Amino acid sequence: MAIFVDKNTKLLVQGITGREGQFHTEQMIEYGTHVVGGVTPGKGGEWVLGKPVFDTVKAAYESTGANTSVIYVPARFATDAIYEALDAGIELIVCITEGIPVLDMMKVRARLDQSSSRLVGPNCPGLLTPGQAKVGIMPGHIAMPGNVGVVSRSGTLTYEVVYALTQRRIGQTTCVGIGGDPVNGTNFIDVLQMFEDDPETEKIVLIGEIGGTDEEKAANFIANNMTKPVVAFIAGQTAPPGKRMGHAGAIVEGGSGTAADKIAALNAAGIKVAEHPEQIPELL
Amino acid sequence: MNLHEYQSKFRFADYGIPIPKGKVAHTAEEAYTIAKDIGPPVVIKAQVLTGGRGKAGGVKLARTPEEAQQCASTILGMDINGHEVLKVLLDPASDIQAEIYLGVTNDRAARKPLIMASAEGGMDIETVNRLTPEKIIREHVDPFLGLRDYQIRNLAYGIELPRELWKQFATIAKGLYRCYIASDATLAEINPLIIDGSGNLLAVDGKMSIDDSALYRQPELVEMRDTSAEPAAETEARAAGLSYVKLDGEIGCMVNGAGLAMATMDMTKLFGGSPANFLDIGGGAQADKVAVALRIILADPNVKAVLFNIFGGITRVDEVAKGILDALAEVQVDLPMVVRLVGTNEEEGRRLIEEAAIPNMVSAATLADAARKAVAAAQAS
Repeated sequence: MAIFVDKNTKLLVQGITGREGQFHTEQMIEYGTHVVGGVTPGKGGEWVLGKPVFDTVKAAYESTGANTSVIYVPARFATDAIYEALDAGIELIVCITEGIPVLDMMKVRARLDQSSSRLVGPNCPGLLTPGQAKVGIMPGHIAMPGNVGVVSRSGTLTYEVVYALTQRRIGQTTCVGIGGDPVNGTNFIDVLQMFEDDPETEKIVLIGEIGGTDEEKAANFIANNMTKPVVAFIAGQTAPPGKRMGHAGAIVEGGSGTAADKIAALNAAGIKVAEHPEQIPELL
Repeated sequence: MNLHEYQSKFRFADYGIPIPKGKVAHTAEEAYTIAKDIGPPVVIKAQVLTGGRGKAGGVKLARTPEEAQQCASTILGMDINGHEVLKVLLDPASDIQAEIYLGVTNDRAARKPLIMASAEGGMDIETVNRLTPEKIIREHVDPFLGLRDYQIRNLAYGIELPRELWKQFATIAKGLYRCYIASDATLAEINPLIIDGSGNLLAVDGKMSIDDSALYRQPELVEMRDTSAEPAAETEARAAGLSYVKLDGEIGCMVNGAGLAMATMDMTKLFGGSPANFLDIGGGAQADKVAVALRIILADPNVKAVLFNIFGGITRVDEVAKGILDALAEVQVDLPMVVRLVGTNEEEGRRLIEEAAIPNMVSAATLADAARKAVAAAQAS
């Protein structure tokens, strides 16, 4: 077992003919992910990496029966790509694209709340279930199958932690990048609940950063709803207020969203917080 | 991206919000002419992208054009929280009967726009929220429905606004919401929205922040970006596609990925140093990008050591090592450097660094080791 993606994933790649899309599709196929096809408007009928390309998600869904879609299209077209996947009835949509305006994402959220589909991201590295499926841009070889669930707002910091776990022969069930934007499709609590319900996941690593209050909410959720142990790490203790630290969502605004507040909330909930990423394997 | 007060208010005016008929001056002489034109008394306000200008003496009242000229010459060139005042706004002074707060922002937690009003205008809304949160009336807006009339009535009723002003208030609230949406703002606020001597509402101060991700469809707003207010290095970095924020410490950090960059900064602090910057060089690490990043880091006189922390995921670490070495052939670095390369092909990457045998460069295996070495090097130099 794992969460989100596994051997049964039938993946559609939106933006498969683009530079990023094609590069990562190759990597995903190489990892063993079941890619069933791709979508690029105007290129329907072509073949890329041995996979059929369709003009629309609807046509691709009808032909392939895809249950998951990953989006690599540029920011200004990404919102439309999300709506298209939603309308076609794709169950799980993973949006890698960075730089979608917040107002657009608030509308996407409102639509998601009325649908049964789930969105992971945007501005995220995607999902990796070691040994089974890789959807997104995470490097597959740094991970190994095991019993630790990893959920993170970051990209390379996640790789760093996963790699540190693998080096110590601590494997993972699924690594989930929920993304660094202020408004996203899936939050910590959604993923924590899934890890709690997943029989194979025994322990969880949560990697947060400054900005917003999702880590505080996660702390509260863990204290009240979870039986499995969680180890956390929060990046951005030295970040000054009012400055965006790369990610659109990583900003201390109006005195809220500081690393200190988040660490205090996690500690108060009885969650171990690592001082630095390399300490996480020890705390597990 | 933040807009100045005058930029925000002039934009509000385009959406039917009443503002004082003010003008911007860059020199004291200009201030004199404007004060004469609009008629004293006038308020002279420093235009800086930082708070606390009132306390710093950046807002003054003048009764004559001569006095306005004098005030402007004091305020222009003033340093407010490290921001030099290059412009002042001259507004006709208003007779303030009451001060209201009205603002629209993105509520991250609710994932919806939020419009807020308070009878406690004039104060920083965050302070009001901390001390008397019940005095802020809030309405979440459905992004598809937009701001509804009843929600505006809820606000007006909640702040006990006199009924005769409800119509004016509705025009202003609708205008502000439309302005927020049309500008891709993350914040559009009027503080204070006053009731003036003639019993009308007037937006005497305003503030807007724009979503950087939406600037591609806001060409007019991009033109308004005031780069004179930000460190030159941040402007240069943005042009090169790097994400850079200057800090006060002595360890220059070059990292791939925002989260890892923050974690690296934190590590220098954990081991007794402090970061000179946040710098995310993004995916890969091509020599030209590394070179620009190095120049930006070295231009900061506080920097005493440089720490590279690169996680090679899809990008191979040996390629990154080559990128760093190529950049070093281009940019002369005399400061001590610590390089930590981890991930795909890390052995090969480290071997390349070792073989290059750069006298002022050491490599480190773990992040903790790298941070410790960088802190020690910075303290020694």
